[in-house]
Amino acid sequence: MKYTSQQVAKPYFVFALILFVGQILFGLAMGAQYISGDFLFPYIPFNVARMVHTNLLIVWLLFGFMGAAYYLVPEESNTELHSPLLARISFWVFAAAGVATILGYLLVPYSRLAEITYNDLLPTMGREFLEQPTITKIGIVIVCLAFVYNIGMTILKGRKTVINMVLITGLIGLAVFFLFSFYNPSNLVLDKYFWWWVVHLWVEGVWELILGAILAFVLIKVTGVDREVIEKWLYVVIALALISGLIGMGHHYYWIGPGKYWLWMGSIFSALEPVPFFMMVMFAFKVVKQRRHEHKNQVATLWALGTAVMAFLGAGIWGFIHTLAPVNYYTHGSQLTAAHGHLAFFGAYAMIVMTIISYAMPILRGRPQGNPRTAQRLEKFAFWTMCISMIGITLALTAAGAGQIALQRLPEAGKALSFMNTQEKLIPFYWVREVFGLVFFVGLIAYLSSFFVGKTDKLANA
Amino acid sequence: MAEQFTKSMARNIYYGGGFFFFLLLIGLTVDTMLDLPKRDHRENITIAVAQGKKHWEDNNCIGCHSLLGEGAYFAPELGNVFQRRGGGDEETFKQFLISWMGVQPLPIPGRRKMPQFHLSKQEINELAEFLIWTSRINNNDWPPNIEG
Ligand code: HEC
Ligand code: HEM
Ligand code: HEM
Repeated sequence: MKYTSQQVAKPYFVFALILFVGQILFGLAMGAQYISGDFLFPYIPFNVARMVHTNLLIVWLLFGFMGAAYYLVPEESNTELHSPLLARISFWVFAAAGVATILGYLLVPYSRLAEITYNDLLPTMGREFLEQPTITKIGIVIVCLAFVYNIGMTILKGRKTVINMVLITGLIGLAVFFLFSFYNPSNLVLDKYFWWWVVHLWVEGVWELILGAILAFVLIKVTGVDREVIEKWLYVVIALALISGLIGMGHHYYWIGPGKYWLWMGSIFSALEPVPFFMMVMFAFKVVKQRRHEHKNQVATLWALGTAVMAFLGAGIWGFIHTLAPVNYYTHGSQLTAAHGHLAFFGAYAMIVMTIISYAMPILRGRPQGNPRTAQRLEKFAFWTMCISMIGITLALTAAGAGQIALQRLPEAGKALSFMNTQEKLIPFYWVREVFGLVFFVGLIAYLSSFFVGKTDKLANA
Repeated sequence: MAEQFTKSMARNIYYGGGFFFFLLLIGLTVDTMLDLPKRDHRENITIAVAQGKKHWEDNNCIGCHSLLGEGAYFAPELGNVFQRRGGGDEETFKQFLISWMGVQPLPIPGRRKMPQFHLSKQEINELAEFLIWTSRINNNDWPPNIEG
């Protein structure tokens, strides 16, 4: 660690991982409800579990991105963080707002939560991923502003590396596009059109800048390859991401009201979206092959390579499968969408956060050359368990999606099964998903345990 | 990558490309906004439809259902439930929805459950108005069949 202020990243990482555990527990609960509708009903209805699952996901990823920025920006800028105090205060504000919101979901009926948070003054609730009470959304904006200000001031007074500039552009974009969550007209078509300006322009736009910047930083550190080379690659990846992804948003405009030209515009541009993800794989492997030194933190390199590969599979391959309009006509809103959502979110964003944690946490804990061997071995086991079980979940949902389309969507009216009858036929696939989910949970526990083992070993750097 | 391809060329593609395609997105958005009134029939958004959308959101129906294919995949698509359960007749559909909302949760062991929301008759009528309006959006003929 070069600067003491980098230490503020630590609580962000720790809290992110705690929320991650919560996310998976609620995922498993929903997986069980898919098999038996009585599970936990009426105490935790499916929609409540789903809000908790997806909101915890988003919030823990945001904590992860913030931790990543607080760690890497001072180091890249060659200066202390502008205000460690502000970073610590925003941590507690964000953590308190997050916990209060989740408790709100769990403890009172949603309509009551809308009432007590005065949703009527500025109704923004009740839309997928944006279920948070308006007051929480305002809190998120304030925390993001404080965060972007803090990071921005640090970069302004220090070295403006490419990684820094790309990261801050991504973070500003994240904050700006979130503002669309406050626009909720009574016209459903306009509501949906701009809902995607948060959701799509995040995950297939500005978050890719954040992903690229963090990945580039870790690769420089673990391989020692010349910055110039890595920066060029970073520009290529994010250029292609924006060029394909901005108009690629059209793949969400096929069936919600906008006009016909989106069918082919969305198809053509989104079909190019896998390209930057593929470049990321090439780039990561090439850089690791050309490495100038053997960093003792081997598992961090594994995470970095794994992120590139799994993001390509989840976003690139599973995104492409259903992105062309004639295909999407049949797959839209099916279990195939869920298959893609899982592998993409895990492969790209959950894994990049674990990559930076894997690299930075040992350093923050006074182990500059990585964790002891036994800890790294356990972490590698956790890496493989989580990756393989997530692929298992994805394949189970893909099979379920194919079955759903074959039974419910393709046959003509009269021959097609109803939604509920179709779902009943898919239960075997949901069992497979749930079993892989449990294996994933084992992997997660192993991952968390790896932070606590090997203390008595000779440190890897000793 | 070839040596001739320099970092500054890559940077220019990033800034130039990002800027150009963002402007194109704005342009297409303006065009879409001009086109949408013909497709969404916003002249039919009555106070009841707007209220219905609010009940839809306040009760988080999207947490189990999809609407025009977006949302959750746990319960039936509701963008065309007006046709499926009302046969395209407004009175039939309203009657259906009132009785449907009243009997939830269905006491069938193991079956997926929809909660009881304790909505008034008027609120359910407004929800019905909202779902009827939604089913008439010109959305390029999705879903493929009545089952959603
Ligand atoms: C906790 C999950 C959940 C929530 C929240 C929920 N539903 Fe449902 N809904 C279901 C399930 C499951 C079914 C299928 C029930 C069955 O067939 O037994 C269903 C069925 C329906 C149907 C009949 C659809 C058909 O074609 O058979 C309508 C209409 C409906 N819901 C409306 C609503 C409305 C309006 C709301 C919000 C006020 C809502 N639902 C909220 C789970 C939910
Ligand atoms: C890391 C990047 C990505 C993430 C995290 C991601 C995540 C998601 C999620 C969560 C959804 C479901 C949204 C909803 O609930 O309505 C979705 C939908 C979709 N994604 Fe992605 N995605 C990514 C990249 C891509 C790419 C690169 C493509 C195309 C090649 C793509 C194509 C699609 C399509 C077509 C849909 C709509 C599915 C439907 O019609 O139901 N995604 N994505
Ligand atoms: C490990 C066990 C997990 C299980 C059993 C599980 C289960 C589920 C279920 C049942 C849904 C709701 C699908 C629906 O609407 O019907 C869901 C949604 C979602 N989950 Fe998970 N999940 C798990 C892990 C994860 C992980 C690790 C991630 C990402 C890092 C993730 C990201 C998501 C996302 C993005 C959605 C919304 C999908 C969409 O709208 O298309 N889940 N999950």
